[in-house]
Amino acid sequence: MHIMSTSNATLFEQLGGQAAVEAAVDNFYRKVLVDERVAHFFDDVDMDRQRGKQKAFLTMAFGGPHNYSGKDMRTGHARLVAMGLNDSHFDAIVELLGGTLKEMGVADELIGQVAAIAESTRADVLGK
Amino acid sequence: MPSVTWAGRSHQLAAGETVLDGLLRNGIEIAHACKAGSCGSCMLRAVAGEIAARAQVGLKDSWKTRGYFLSCMCVPEASLELAEVGAEARIPAQITAVDHLSDDVLRIRLLPERAFEFRAGQYLTLIRDSGLARSYSLASLPNERELELHVRLIPHGRMSTWLNQPETIGSNVQLQGPSGECFYVPGREEQPLLLAGAGTGLAPLWGIVHDALQQGHTGPIHLFHGALRPGGLYLREQLEALAASRSHFSYTPTVLNGPEEGRISVGAIDSIIGTTYPKLVGWRGFVCGDPTLVRSLKRKLFLAGIAMGDIYSDAFLPSV
Repeated sequence: MHIMSTSNATLFEQLGGQAAVEAAVDNFYRKVLVDERVAHFFDDVDMDRQRGKQKAFLTMAFGGPHNYSGKDMRTGHARLVAMGLNDSHFDAIVELLGGTLKEMGVADELIGQVAAIAESTRADVLGK
Repeated sequence: MPSVTWAGRSHQLAAGETVLDGLLRNGIEIAHACKAGSCGSCMLRAVAGEIAARAQVGLKDSWKTRGYFLSCMCVPEASLELAEVGAEARIPAQITAVDHLSDDVLRIRLLPERAFEFRAGQYLTLIRDSGLARSYSLASLPNERELELHVRLIPHGRMSTWLNQPETIGSNVQLQGPSGECFYVPGREEQPLLLAGAGTGLAPLWGIVHDALQQGHTGPIHLFHGALRPGGLYLREQLEALAASRSHFSYTPTVLNGPEEGRISVGAIDSIIGTTYPKLVGWRGFVCGDPTLVRSLKRKLFLAGIAMGDIYSDAFLPSV
């Protein structure tokens, strides 16, 4: 068996690219919908549209191609911030994301990199 | 503010106003029903001017290139010159039969003047000469000569009251459509299918069940139909007979209220499904009917393990 060096591969490639996003999104979204800490933020949303947003978020957090700006993050979450979205909810989402990747067999080191990308959006998401 | 030209006259639109609202405000009768970009009855054609993509979502490409758009979804940035939709977008049809399936559900049969192509489970919009328009799901199959709709009788409902009278038989109407993404896609024929709906949500599900059987689906097919009372469980005998003759088809009638009676399950349809199937990993789901119920069933099926891409739904929007 030929073992390819992954040192030059991007995070997105190492995770498995768009196929990995596709594999993760339903599991991640299910976790979010049943988690008491954050579920209520998703009560009144259109599920198909929300799944599209989750995919875009995962693609970004996986280091994939995206065109989010900090301003989009702020305006997109302003309604939730008004509903009380705070650091504890942000932490819960990052935890659920890590749990999803763990179940998929992703190495801890890569999960750490994903969490770091998610972390970089905290101030914008929470409107700080 | 942009203006719209209709029948040679120009009308100013208010800030943020849709083309449909602007025309209605000026006393121009435009067929419309849902005002949510779903039923398609307010479709118009722009002969001059730019139409934003969001006013053309769901329309056929050939219609888009001819300038067709949904006037309820269109807030133009610049002026438009409008025309009515052409004959190619609407098919004349005659009402051939009207009968009661239950106290408050009518079965309407229609004979279109030329072929009306659709997939079982999709819906059409029925338009009267007066411009009154309503969307209904198709219960018939594409290879049948007549189209079949199930219409819930709504107290003082203008369309359903008109349909519910003997002299309506023989009347001519216009059909537009089809629309909707809730239908059986051939392939993965061993996959188990779960179908759930309440009231006339049965219409598209009836079509989808028969379509899947005709196309040779081999996996289990389980239909749950909900009603408030046993009397609302229309087509029950036919579905019980189908379940008796096709071993891989099951049918569970459910009522919200009422005594246990025969094979009817009592309770909320989503809890009954949850008790029957706590896990639905690998299934395909179809849910139709009242928007609140559709939303709750979709969530239930998703949490039980059905992939989002395997859930097909049609929420019946109210007319406004």
